[in-house]
Amino acid sequence: MKKKIVIIGGGPAGLAASIAAKDAGIDDVLIIERGEHLGGILLQCIHNGFGLHTFKEELTGPEYAARYIEIAREKNVEAYLNTMVIDISRDKVVTCMSADKGIFTIEAESIILTMGCRERPRGALNTPGYRPAGIYSAGTAQKFVNIEGKLPGKEVVILGSGDIGLIMARRMTLEGAKVKAVAEIMPYSGGLKRNIVQCLDDFGIPLKLSTTVIDISGKDRVESVTLAQVDEKSRPIPGTEEIVPCDTLLLSCGLLPENELSTQMGVELSPVTGGPKVNESLETNIPGVFAAGNVLHVHDLVDYVSAEASQAGKYAALYVKALEAEKDDNLTENSESSVNAKSYAVTTGIGVRYTVPVSINPDRMDDLLTVRFRVANVYKNPEICVYFGDECIMRRKKLICSPGEMEQVILKKADMNKLKSGDAVKICLENV
Amino acid sequence: MKNVDVLIVGAGVIGCSIAREMSRYELNIAVVDKASDVCEGTSKANSGIVHSGYDAKPGTNKAKFNVLGSKMMEKLSAELDFPYKRNGSMVLCFNKEDESKLLELKQRGEENGVEGIRILSGDEARRLEPELSDAVVSALYAPTGAIVCPFGLTIAMAENAAVNGVSFYLNTEVKAITKNDTGFLIETLCNGSEAEEITAKILINAAGVFADTLHNMVCEDKINITARKGEYCLYDKKVGNMVKSTIFQLPGAYGKGVLVTPTVHGNLLMGPTASDTPDKEEVSTTGEGLDSVQSTGGKSILSVPAKSVITSFAGLRAHSDKGDFILEESSVAGFFDAAGIESPGLSAAPAIGEYMAKLAAEKLGASLKTDFVHTRKGIPNMALASMEERQKLIKENTLYARVVCRCELVTEGEIVAAIKRPVGATTLDGIKRRTRAGMGRCQSGFCSPTTVDILARELGVSVKDITKHGKGSELVDDHK
Repeated sequence: MKKKIVIIGGGPAGLAASIAAKDAGIDDVLIIERGEHLGGILLQCIHNGFGLHTFKEELTGPEYAARYIEIAREKNVEAYLNTMVIDISRDKVVTCMSADKGIFTIEAESIILTMGCRERPRGALNTPGYRPAGIYSAGTAQKFVNIEGKLPGKEVVILGSGDIGLIMARRMTLEGAKVKAVAEIMPYSGGLKRNIVQCLDDFGIPLKLSTTVIDISGKDRVESVTLAQVDEKSRPIPGTEEIVPCDTLLLSCGLLPENELSTQMGVELSPVTGGPKVNESLETNIPGVFAAGNVLHVHDLVDYVSAEASQAGKYAALYVKALEAEKDDNLTENSESSVNAKSYAVTTGIGVRYTVPVSINPDRMDDLLTVRFRVANVYKNPEICVYFGDECIMRRKKLICSPGEMEQVILKKADMNKLKSGDAVKICLENV
Repeated sequence: MKNVDVLIVGAGVIGCSIAREMSRYELNIAVVDKASDVCEGTSKANSGIVHSGYDAKPGTNKAKFNVLGSKMMEKLSAELDFPYKRNGSMVLCFNKEDESKLLELKQRGEENGVEGIRILSGDEARRLEPELSDAVVSALYAPTGAIVCPFGLTIAMAENAAVNGVSFYLNTEVKAITKNDTGFLIETLCNGSEAEEITAKILINAAGVFADTLHNMVCEDKINITARKGEYCLYDKKVGNMVKSTIFQLPGAYGKGVLVTPTVHGNLLMGPTASDTPDKEEVSTTGEGLDSVQSTGGKSILSVPAKSVITSFAGLRAHSDKGDFILEESSVAGFFDAAGIESPGLSAAPAIGEYMAKLAAEKLGASLKTDFVHTRKGIPNMALASMEERQKLIKENTLYARVVCRCELVTEGEIVAAIKRPVGATTLDGIKRRTRAGMGRCQSGFCSPTTVDILARELGVSVKDITKHGKGSELVDDHK
């Protein structure tokens, strides 16, 4: 089987990418989704707050997904559900598995990676103690409660103040459980400010910063956890231990982009984001393979996932069209304009952990290019600066920047001619 | 009241090995265990190593059964279809003064009948294992060292025993034993509440860390088993090929030493620590323990992939005061001990099973069956299957196309098979040990809700009755 664009994963990123690819004039677009439905993790996010940027209203996760599914359906985007991609080769042959088709392969001209992310497990934290029932990642608990209609526990401690943990603190409370504390090892929360207010403060749930779980008790089911404050190097401080009786420990300690398939096919990853290194077109080191959404870097808002994935869909379409044009030109040797064009590295300075993209080719960028990044700490009154070489070309004051919220700068194509050969585009914070 | 010829107490690797070997005879055999599954104690949390046998003192049961068991393991893995790999092992020496100890070990190995062992220089060792520390000055290399899946081995033997007529009574705790004219009357408690009596002509004690409790219920000459805890760190498959062979440290160089080894499933494992614990169910890990695993084990290799830890766990070894395996008929006729089985117990298990079965069968004058089924085929494994095999499995049963655990590529077909097999899985951990669902890098975050649903459906019970590892470890409750 041959397809022009194959999209791996039918969550918010895959849906937006498919629609954009159709809009850009490629009709032969296929989404492969391992679940029973399109929509991805949004389907279990039954709280509201989605779509403020995209639709100017507050939707629940399933509603937000439904809007995109509706559009994709109107545009006749093809989707294989209950289909697992088990391998992608470097030359873009996708091997899939499903009950009705068995094992089958698809030859793609372009691939968009939109597999999303997964939660960091307890093991990654190496938390000591017993291994009883009652320890769940926040997302697992969310699936039990919102999809299965089951309650994972009645007395809960949450480790990590990522957004899913905060959302689950509220959800568990609404479902009748008692959430005793949310412990966060960092001196700041990894979640959105609005979630801290709406999910913890409004319900009187204490957020214990610079605090972690140092022991888990209970042979069969969790009976208590021991919390302790940590010093600036995240080491527990003796004498600060507090035993909190509970039957459940939820973990919300970060999300990891899910790039097993990408790695298998030879896509180069950033050690900081765990996602592919991409250029201005959201294209990976393998030409014609694009990435967007949480598989690329973990986002805070789904609206940004959709916006980013739309770009990936458009660029994938342009790639396929260029391939076709090449074929039409009978493979003449003069289609090298993009290869010869100059690419500039995007680098990080003080306070900036990473950027997406990591390189820009001005010839291939739109009039405006959004560079997304996260900061390394909580900064009050910082200035977000963009340098071309030594020259500061943009400076923007912010009241506050925190690691839990994604930041962005928008570069203008018209400015890019200020870049000199050998320059890098540097994003950094000043006044910090 | 149940009446059997032979009752084996303990469904760990030793109990299951004895059960499988005894099932060759015309006997009525049962195995009881207080846990909800086979392989729930020491057998589930250990190094998974088949030692070649240079470590134990010549003349001891440990030495004898280790070497015998190690030689049996490969053939057994083919017969019973469980993961086994002969990867070789090395004992590292970090300074010149200790090299005499390495030689001692080599001599001991030769005396024990271990084949092919030789001393390597530091550079030779590093050529075989490029990630070895620069501090290694020499090493003892044993090509017969191997690794095995301890769950796979135990479950395979249990299933094969069941196919050959052995009954397994799980969630069944032995409370009291009375010796009478015909044998023993055993009072048990099932599921924590139902009293049930079993009579047996012969009783075999394979109760692991609780073997002393069982022995001392019957025998005047008391034994004492200490639970010795070992903590481990398990690493992601992406660092699983850091070393090819199992890397030990010379005992004494840095305390008892911590091993670094690949597992048969391609992860990297480091451990164990050693500390005695009075509570024989105390399998909690500690901050100090996990730190010590990584710092001590780390001396063997260039760098510890600390960021790639996917889980940590602790297991208990059953250490007898006698310092050796106790494999004999006790002072009470008909009561046999297979006790004090600490390392190299896993390696020795096939040989211990054979030996104990023969002892007990002779006692009963039992004859061999003519229809013994000596092979067993494992659950299909989609992750390892070829594309053609996968295609075939899906064609036969579409559940093999439904991926439940994506980290380890485990399908609903495999999970259902694990439940439906003899001595099938009834718990989340039971599924994990039989199929690896939940054993990957996300540690069951993604698959556990689905696995719980499948268990409830196949067992015909409510989701709230599904447990992690037996009564008391229920996972979820209904909404009010």
